[in-house]
Amino acid sequence: MSSQKKLVVAHAPYWHDGSKISTKNYNIMIAALPAVLMGISQYGAPALAVISFSMACAMIWEFIWSLILKKSAPIGDGSAAVTGLLLGMLMPATAPWWLVALGTLIAIIVGKQIFGGIGFNPLNPPLLALATLVISFQGIFDFNESLRNYDLGFVMTYPLADLKAFGPAAIQKFSLGDLFMGRQAGAIGSTFGLGLIVGGLYLMLRGYMRWEISLSFLAGVFVTALLFNLSDPTKYASPAFHLLTGYTLIAAFFILPEDSSSPANFIPMLIFGACAGLMTVLVRNIGAYVDGVPFSILLINLANPLMDKIRPKAIGKVVENA
Amino acid sequence: MIKRSFLGLVKPRLQYNVEPDSVQELPVPNKVILLLKESQNGGRASSLKVGDNVKTGQRLSRSADSADYVISSVTGTISAMEPYVGTLAQKYTAITIDASGHDDWDESFKNEPNLDTARKFFESMAGGPSFTAFADPEKTIKTIVVNGMDDDLLLTANQCVVKNEAAAIKSGVQALKSITGTHKIVITVPENLVQQANATGAEVKTVNGTYPGSLPHMIMKDVLGQVVEAGDTIEDTGVVFMSAEAVAGIGTAVDTGQPRVTKTVTVVGKDGSSKNVKARIGAPIGDLLRACNVSVNDRDRLILGGPMRGAATYSEDLPVEPDTDGIVVQAEADSAQTTDYPCTNCGECVRICPVKIPVNMLVRFLEAHLYEDARNTYDLDCCIECGLCSYVCVSRIPIFQYIMLGKYELSLMETAEATNE
Repeated sequence: MSSQKKLVVAHAPYWHDGSKISTKNYNIMIAALPAVLMGISQYGAPALAVISFSMACAMIWEFIWSLILKKSAPIGDGSAAVTGLLLGMLMPATAPWWLVALGTLIAIIVGKQIFGGIGFNPLNPPLLALATLVISFQGIFDFNESLRNYDLGFVMTYPLADLKAFGPAAIQKFSLGDLFMGRQAGAIGSTFGLGLIVGGLYLMLRGYMRWEISLSFLAGVFVTALLFNLSDPTKYASPAFHLLTGYTLIAAFFILPEDSSSPANFIPMLIFGACAGLMTVLVRNIGAYVDGVPFSILLINLANPLMDKIRPKAIGKVVENA
Repeated sequence: MIKRSFLGLVKPRLQYNVEPDSVQELPVPNKVILLLKESQNGGRASSLKVGDNVKTGQRLSRSADSADYVISSVTGTISAMEPYVGTLAQKYTAITIDASGHDDWDESFKNEPNLDTARKFFESMAGGPSFTAFADPEKTIKTIVVNGMDDDLLLTANQCVVKNEAAAIKSGVQALKSITGTHKIVITVPENLVQQANATGAEVKTVNGTYPGSLPHMIMKDVLGQVVEAGDTIEDTGVVFMSAEAVAGIGTAVDTGQPRVTKTVTVVGKDGSSKNVKARIGAPIGDLLRACNVSVNDRDRLILGGPMRGAATYSEDLPVEPDTDGIVVQAEADSAQTTDYPCTNCGECVRICPVKIPVNMLVRFLEAHLYEDARNTYDLDCCIECGLCSYVCVSRIPIFQYIMLGKYELSLMETAEATNE
């Protein structure tokens, strides 16, 4: 039984639906483009510099790490590029170069690689970096301070900072339409509500993102903010304001549904998103920080393995002692 | 190969091919290779040797009292007997028979439909119907399901049999009733074959045309409403599955007194064109490919079975076996390649799994060789082996292979434990 032809053997299945990690990551980058372009058009070259430098740094850190560990560098999969892009989007346009370099170092090495790389990170890498930087360099992330040299033709104070300092009376000057169209101060890629929503819808429709997580997060933010607002409208802002300001929308569509730090089953996804939304508004309304997104999501990331234990019974599974 | 659709909000749906092509009967091949299972304790074949003349339909076994046998599909002379090892290390003796070109039928087959005849002659026919469960006093079989649908995508061999040989299936169903004493016989067919199936005298049920709707476990759940518990076999639940071709074979054997020595095979070429041929069991795969004008080049894949559950093989000289429903040739460019990327926990596999296994967790345990934990905590035993998890995996992890490896390793452990006791 010998044959001249050399055939390739492998285990079934012999079909694949053609999806790839790199395609997925490139699509995430495409989806982020509207918000990024808006940021660049508003803040000009510094914003472009922060975004590009952040992406480049992230890839370089990953490359260096692979060299040190003598692993093959997975640079083409776009995972480091996405991490860099998202971190850039979360930063103010005036962020100094060393902050970007440090931030990407934290995101790639501490956030991802020390756990084993792609797929093993328990926390969201860009968000971990952001939280570290916000705690360490509060001045730079005080958007009122860092953006004081910009006058873009709309109210140049950071809406959430105004809310924290002066209460809902101070946010009358922001119209919801302006907030939605990105006419607000903030991080480079986090202010353009319409762009983020379009990007998010694109990812959902193409199946690159789990809609359950995004929508339950937005619902969590909305319901919690609504309850606060109903209890005392003079003290707490309206839910729509919370949805359109700060990092809410970028978190909903780009940060929270990150694969390895979020659950895979249906009910856990809903709980995960809703809890993150609840925590976000709690931090904003009664916590010390201006924006609750980084801390609330990191906390919920930690609860992810526990939440994913809630799963349907496999068909045919025999439950003992039931 | 069906790719992911542009809009990915809904799960991909893989539809079975339910339009059987016509069947072309192939001439008797020059030689056939029959794979005779080696018994547990080995032992050389005493009653067979090179140079023996065999007749079509003759029962070939190692010795007179050996339970393992093959039915010769041609008349001719045994020209070689070699050891052969299957994909999961099963040992066989490959018996090569040079065919004389005409059929002399062996007379030893007695046309009495009883369990003894069934076990002695039918189990080696096309489809390989198993009668072991009926002889097992611990099992009570209440239902026989005749599967008129094919197990895998692209294949239509079984559907062809339902379409063209309803009369043979009818005799087969009658024979099964008298052989086994089981009176509930169900035939499962796709919608468009209900008319033919009605003529077979069995209870007709339609199956879901979406993969994996026709796998036995799915038929149990969706059609019969019985869930097979993890760790149990379908026979433990009181049901035996047989393919439509096997039942048609039994019917022909009872009607004509000659056991069926052919197998219907769907041959799918690289361009996706498919053709059904009826070949002698044991005919080299290459003969079938040539008859269908399918060429095979270096680095192609030659798959026995379908694209989701088949087994890629290494040679065109290997024979058509009783359970070979299809032969699929795949060009190198179309073959799915796996990677050693880690799982990113995207959850595609969890959402597509027809039996709701947490595949994302399961694959982590399997990768770490923690097979017992995989079985006890993450439902390895519930897997019905459809391969959809690998099909949708973004990281292209060979999940299905890990699952089969895990099951195999566990079976080895169990055998070792049983031997030690």
